[in-house]
Amino acid sequence: MIRIRRWLLSRAPGLCAALLGIFMMIYGLWRGEGEVVLAKAIRICMECIGIG
Amino acid sequence: MQALWALISNSYLQGFLSGKIYGGRLKELCVPGMNCYSCPGARGACPIGSLQAVIGSYKFKFPYYVLGFLFLVGAILGRFVCGWLCPFGLIQDLLHKIPFPKKIGTFRGDKLLRKLKYLLLLVFVILLPLFLVDIIGQGSPYFCKLICPVGTLEGGIPLVLLNRTMRGAVGFLYLWKNVLLFVTIFLSILIYRPFCKYICPLGAIYSFFNPISVFSYRLDPDKCTGCGACRRACQMQIDPMKNCNHLECIRCGRCEKACAAGALKSGFFIEGLKGRKDGAERSLRESPGRS
Repeated sequence: MIRIRRWLLSRAPGLCAALLGIFMMIYGLWRGEGEVVLAKAIRICMECIGIG
Repeated sequence: MQALWALISNSYLQGFLSGKIYGGRLKELCVPGMNCYSCPGARGACPIGSLQAVIGSYKFKFPYYVLGFLFLVGAILGRFVCGWLCPFGLIQDLLHKIPFPKKIGTFRGDKLLRKLKYLLLLVFVILLPLFLVDIIGQGSPYFCKLICPVGTLEGGIPLVLLNRTMRGAVGFLYLWKNVLLFVTIFLSILIYRPFCKYICPLGAIYSFFNPISVFSYRLDPDKCTGCGACRRACQMQIDPMKNCNHLECIRCGRCEKACAAGALKSGFFIEGLKGRKDGAERSLRESPGRS
């Protein structure tokens, strides 16, 4: 139990950042950012390949 | 592992035959490494391309979803992604195996040049797509458009070869991007992972998480003999005895393998990181002749 607590304490910044990341992802998907990503990713990105 | 991940990320193999890209819903998900979504085999979205797409969209300006994804991956793995989950990292690794009369380890200005990736992240990935917009408020993915050699290699070359219409549209930009790709390839033979060291904005983002990520390295000060084998083994020119979770560390594991004393350990469940520097310094003091 003490080892788990020590591990959690030593990893607290990383775990908090990961948790924040999950919340940000959920919020971003909820407001429709996933559609923007999808729309860009399923069409050939002319700029990316050096044509656009 | 690198090859397996590259294959998983680019598992739409029929795209390489048809010259068309995958258009399924999986592409809403980002992959952790640099992998152009216009690669005929790509199953997921490139996080840097997606970041610019959302920042540059007229609808959203703050990319919660993509940034959240980068926070999640970075906070868990840090630059482990660069070392193990990036297809372009694998390509550079393979290129560096090509024999060349004089390989370059480090050079004057190397440290300063490593800051360039942070500048490129700020200017080409964030500021330009945010502010340099068209009449409807839409910004271009400037990093992809002007710099990224990954898109040229994974998307540009195969699509132009496979698609006649694309061949007709080739112009100066394509030539410019091919020159950049050629320079990157040539430098990768000479220098270990030049794109990761100096250019990659994704590596720049993940580097901020290296000191706090759940996956981390630990140096046991009691076991460290200060022999410097880890420093000599590191191809990113880091001294793990000073900081084994340095921003430039791509977690390739060479230092851990090189440590005969077993003082360096990596993983998710290794205990705290305290005292690593002090411990190493103490070891060096105790055995100065061995450093």
